[in-house]
Amino acid sequence: MVDALQGLLQGLFGSLFPLVWTLLKIVLIIAPLLLAVAYLTFWERKVIGWMQVRIGPNRVGPWGLIQPIADGLKLLLKEVVIPTGSDKAVFLIAPMFAFAPALAAWAVIPFNDTLVLANVNASLLYIMSITSIGVYGIILSGWASNSKYAFLGGMRSAAQMISYEVAMGLALVVVLMVSNSLNLGDIVQGQGQGYFADKGLGILSWNWLPLLPMFVVYLVSIVAETNRAPFDMAEGESEIVGFHVEYSGMAFAVFFLAEYANMILVSTLASVLFLGGWLSPVGFLPDGILWLFVKISAVLFFFLWIRATFPRYRYDQIMRLGWKVFIPLCLIWLVVVGCWMMSPLNIWK
Amino acid sequence: MLESYFPVFVFILVGIAFGFAPVLTGLIVAPHRPDSEKLSPYECGFEAFEDARMKFDVRYYLIAIIFILFDLEVAFLLPWATIFKEIANTDSVRWFGFIEMMVFIAILVVGYLYAWAKGALDWE
Repeated sequence: MVDALQGLLQGLFGSLFPLVWTLLKIVLIIAPLLLAVAYLTFWERKVIGWMQVRIGPNRVGPWGLIQPIADGLKLLLKEVVIPTGSDKAVFLIAPMFAFAPALAAWAVIPFNDTLVLANVNASLLYIMSITSIGVYGIILSGWASNSKYAFLGGMRSAAQMISYEVAMGLALVVVLMVSNSLNLGDIVQGQGQGYFADKGLGILSWNWLPLLPMFVVYLVSIVAETNRAPFDMAEGESEIVGFHVEYSGMAFAVFFLAEYANMILVSTLASVLFLGGWLSPVGFLPDGILWLFVKISAVLFFFLWIRATFPRYRYDQIMRLGWKVFIPLCLIWLVVVGCWMMSPLNIWK
Repeated sequence: MLESYFPVFVFILVGIAFGFAPVLTGLIVAPHRPDSEKLSPYECGFEAFEDARMKFDVRYYLIAIIFILFDLEVAFLLPWATIFKEIANTDSVRWFGFIEMMVFIAILVVGYLYAWAKGALDWE
């Protein structure tokens, strides 16, 4: 069937065919992704509701399932207010800077050993560079709004994001040391080898166990990177106003989508880099894309869980954790793994 | 080699389109009835009495500079880390490749401790 479709499109578009074929594949990635983003917001409200012994949204549609669509429609019909004295062009471009990287990074995510849009050899490098663009959206929106709250909120969020990017980068360096490749697919394959994987207990061979401190650093850093609770200085609902305080309607919706798209992206990365991607945890079950979805869902649930559990960090505590705890921890573990791999006890042959 | 990046390029363009499309639809579809109160920046009921782009704390600037340094260090570590497995398993460059990077990290740590001692990482 795929071949027939390919032939048909080839006849229709001729030399434009590669572009059309790529666009088709991109739609096949983005459409489920956007659906997942919409229902992640719903799932979050449900989970937090249950954790607080409430029901959560249940009015729109059966079990409230139409809620995210209703929310989207409402935001669509709200006026996009552009405040006086704001830099209009930058004000409208800033949401794009937050959202586009969260989508574009999916180009190199491997879903299983063959299913990947662009199997480039430096995919991790691409992910690191494209995700760091997201901070521009925050700093530009804070600057363009001409509001003191937005300006200060943008400054704080940007400083917070770049602080945790260092810790995240160092954690990824340690992953690279044991993987011997910048390709995400190869990194997953590498996790399928080792003493426990041969014994049929793949779950103990994945990177999370030998690199446990880095896994913890990475998990906490992605929460801080996405400006989520307990590090949600950007939009603490009750007391703080953040960089997008002047945004309304669809311009706000794009920031909102970006936050959730980023959550799904970093959860996927955590699954691919530390939790063995599409690999099965035990030998007697087959590998497959379903495992990847299970792992992504688990990490996403972790996001919601800590949001419902932990009180908000103070800003100086956030910065101290990033600079004075995580960076030394990463550097120490980098040296430890280096020594480990030089010693006869090396498990990454 | 470079053709494999073509889908990545297309994906970036699609991402940019998806970033603009909702804002444009919002501008077209949603009502547009501005008035001076609505358009004034949010300042807890006060009239905004000066430009919001004011002086800001120098520590943000300091953090940004230290970030650039550390990000550069990470950029230097990346190529080494990528081939470290080969280094560790090749007898001729084994210790050279290892000690070289440990020296680099030691220098990095000295700079880091200096910044810490000087209070550049404090945020009271």
